[in-house]
Amino acid sequence: MDIQIREIHKGFGNFPALRGVNLDIHSGELIALLGPSGSGKTTLLRTIAGLELPDAGQILFGGTDTAPLPVRERRVGFVFQHYALFKHKTVQDNVAFGLRVRKGPDRPSESVIRQRVLELLDLVQLSGLEKRYPAQLSGGQRQRVALARALAIEPRVLLLDEPFGALDAKVRKDLRRWLRELHDKTGYTTIFVTHDQEEALELADRVVVMNRGRIEQVGTTSEVYEQPATPFVFDFLGSVNVLAGEVQGRHLRIDGTELTLDTDREHPAGAVDVYVRPHDLRLVEDSSPGLGAAVRSVQRTGAVVRLTAELDHSGETVEVELSHLDPFALNRRGGDRIRVLPAVYGLFPRAPHAALRTLPDVDPKSVPEHRERGRLG
Amino acid sequence: MAASANEVRPTPPTDAGSSAPPPFEPLMQRNAAITEPGWVRWTLTGVAVVFLSLFLLLPLVSVFTEALRNGVGAYLSAIAEPDTLSSIRLTLIAAAIAVPLNLLLGVSAAWAITKFEFRGKSVLISLIDLPFSVSPVVSGLIYVLIFGRQGYLGPWVADHDIKILFAVPGIVLATIFVTFPFIARELIPLMQEQGTESEQAALSLGASGWQTFWHVTLPNIKWGLLYGVLLCNARAMGEFGAVSVVSGHIRGQTNTMPLQIEILYNEYSFSAAFAVASLLAGLALVTLGVKSLLEWRYGDELAASRRH
Amino acid sequence: MTTVSKAGRRKPPRSVIPGFGITLGFTLAYLSLIVLIPLAGVFFKSAGLGWEGIWHVVSSPRVLAALKLSFGAALIAALINAVFGPLVAWVFVRYRFPGKRFFDAVIDLPFALPTAVAGIALTALYSANGWVGQFLEPLGIKVAFTPVGVIVAMTFIGLPFVVRTVQPVLEEAEKELEEAAATLGASRWQTISQVILPTVLPALLTGFALAFARAVGEYGSVIFIAGNLPMVSEIAPLLIIIKLEEFDYAGATAIAATMLVLSFSLLLMINGLQAWARRRHGHGR
Repeated sequence: MDIQIREIHKGFGNFPALRGVNLDIHSGELIALLGPSGSGKTTLLRTIAGLELPDAGQILFGGTDTAPLPVRERRVGFVFQHYALFKHKTVQDNVAFGLRVRKGPDRPSESVIRQRVLELLDLVQLSGLEKRYPAQLSGGQRQRVALARALAIEPRVLLLDEPFGALDAKVRKDLRRWLRELHDKTGYTTIFVTHDQEEALELADRVVVMNRGRIEQVGTTSEVYEQPATPFVFDFLGSVNVLAGEVQGRHLRIDGTELTLDTDREHPAGAVDVYVRPHDLRLVEDSSPGLGAAVRSVQRTGAVVRLTAELDHSGETVEVELSHLDPFALNRRGGDRIRVLPAVYGLFPRAPHAALRTLPDVDPKSVPEHRERGRLG
Repeated sequence: MAASANEVRPTPPTDAGSSAPPPFEPLMQRNAAITEPGWVRWTLTGVAVVFLSLFLLLPLVSVFTEALRNGVGAYLSAIAEPDTLSSIRLTLIAAAIAVPLNLLLGVSAAWAITKFEFRGKSVLISLIDLPFSVSPVVSGLIYVLIFGRQGYLGPWVADHDIKILFAVPGIVLATIFVTFPFIARELIPLMQEQGTESEQAALSLGASGWQTFWHVTLPNIKWGLLYGVLLCNARAMGEFGAVSVVSGHIRGQTNTMPLQIEILYNEYSFSAAFAVASLLAGLALVTLGVKSLLEWRYGDELAASRRH
Repeated sequence: MTTVSKAGRRKPPRSVIPGFGITLGFTLAYLSLIVLIPLAGVFFKSAGLGWEGIWHVVSSPRVLAALKLSFGAALIAALINAVFGPLVAWVFVRYRFPGKRFFDAVIDLPFALPTAVAGIALTALYSANGWVGQFLEPLGIKVAFTPVGVIVAMTFIGLPFVVRTVQPVLEEAEKELEEAAATLGASRWQTISQVILPTVLPALLTGFALAFARAVGEYGSVIFIAGNLPMVSEIAPLLIIIKLEEFDYAGATAIAATMLVLSFSLLLMINGLQAWARRRHGHGR
């Protein structure tokens, strides 16, 4: 079932949760809604389900407006963050619930229901646990019961709210892989909400990055990671250094050093922020063009060597990530002189306030951590 | 240094996130998924309000109307009647003895139960709840069986010329029995919620046990304590069944206000009976008013799970 | 009692907080004097009577009728409250309406209003010329001085027990459960009966048991409206008092012991039921 979301607005009191959201989802896609808390991702998911009514806008399922359909007629499979299993019902009664509440001819016979429940429990690998109560299951098992329960109604779209949020790290990884396989097997159009970029990138066909009630970027995992459309996306997906720069014609001046811009990257002249990921900063020979810096600290984690260095002129701190096989990474120590060159970077017009430089669209009060990052950048 | 989005994850993973709607609001019209149609809401509300008005409100109103049926003059002279005044005096005396004693018990029982672990704790808690499930008449009976003429201590008490039954001590004993759970029940859940960390901090800073209680524990429980005392007091002054068994109904001597109400009522002095009743009803209203006020102002400082 | 104090002494708590000995000692001494020793008196007295003695008293028609009325009316009253109590709690938790705060406070009235006051007020209301009675009289419904009156009074005193145990559970109920039911296609009524009701059932049972226990023993609010006709509207606690006034201590004790045993076994049963439900559904209330 393909889904079109048209200009959705939704507010809670004075708080605008969604501010004009447009999104097309293709049938059978696995979509991640990614964003920090307060970005509106859960509200969007709940609005698609019909658990929230939009103030304005349309949601179309297969080209048909869903507005007249109350939740219970929408046939959406919703998996809640804390699963919302019925504690007083066994696993099989939980899964069967959606079929048993049907009325008249829509209601399958009890034997069909039992058959279907067993199939679903087999699908989610919980065969043999059908007589248990939710309290007798582990977190991961409860998750899968919730999923089986949502699948039982043959939903037109499967919606998952922070599906791995309440699980510990190990279980989370396994379930992630398993969910991807399940999706490929069943082919349900699936939308899940997460604030974990790694989760979104690993699992989804396309990632929708949200911020403050708007969509910042929609794209495949490699698109959003490699070509972030906005400073927010750059910042939210992975680590980033933000350097003050100035564009003049074909030249980019950073930290008193003139670098030549790629020919295909025309940019209007003026003050800019240069966004560079730590692993996109290359160490170069002293003779090559680059920014002079002094190493402050060296930290090695597994195969990654992380250098923290101070730029010569501005004193800005940058972080560089190198492979431990990189010849430049060998025997680095604090105090060493290095020369760095941004290999891949993004240029964005300088935001008026330093505090907002990295996150032009975030209310600094609501996300204090990000303000901190502005200063560090 | 660059920060990664992983490190500065704004919400703990278990949090629903503030992108979820604000906490559940009663009658949230917008959330169509989990509300009933308007006519159902209003019907249910109507049934509840009518039921409450009929069963709770109307009796209360009738107490005051009946009391003033013959005018304010008659009302005042009914209260000024010597037997009635003496019943008021006795009620005040009984409450003045029972409530402080039960306050002591309530605080020390709550302290022992909530600050320490010991075996038999649940037995002790059930024991404190006991008067709730014992008929007030039985509560009176147990003292008759002990101190009555055929009771276990009856002869001994008579020999030493001590009057317990059909006298003030019996009334006080019965009142204590019926009302002692109220303060303890109010404090135990409240002190359980608050744990022992503050007390341990105070002690580690060199405070004595008494100072710890006075300066650390008491300020945290004062509103719950106040409500417990008020409720205990209202019940002490209003206790009827237990007191009725042990009092002997001697007019002007061992009649408390509720017993005086019974006597007046049985003598068909209805408005006098209601006049005395209105005083106790007024006390109940004050108790409820203070309770609502406390809940409204200091909701967090009252026990979350309260039942009587 | 001995087990409690012994256990307390044998296993001194390992806590830095002072006052264990004195507070527990005082509590135990107080409870022993006020509750345990007198209560033990009832049991010694009943033991003295023996089964036959108790049966002799209890099997007399008048006592049987009184016990039947006390337990039967209490059961009906608790059932009425088990219907209206959750309804009232639901309305308070889920809906907004004018005067809500006021009515919420009024719920506790039966806790705070002396039983004798409630008793004469209810009698005045439901007697033939009372505010409510005058409307029921022409319909042929007599409330005051009949067993119906007993039920009315017992409903009055039991209501807050049910409302106040169910209300907090409803307040804490996760709305996700209801949303989940809705996404699975359940109608509102199916959600309420199959999802919400089972969640509050343990609390409802508790409230029911408390209301029942209170009603069985209730005296003050009942005797005025009951009319106290032997064999018809005479409740068991009143019979205890009558026996006492006749200095028939044995008779009074036999009735009291029967009431205590019946009430306690009922409460135990309900507690057991709750513990079982808790074990099965985790911490779920």
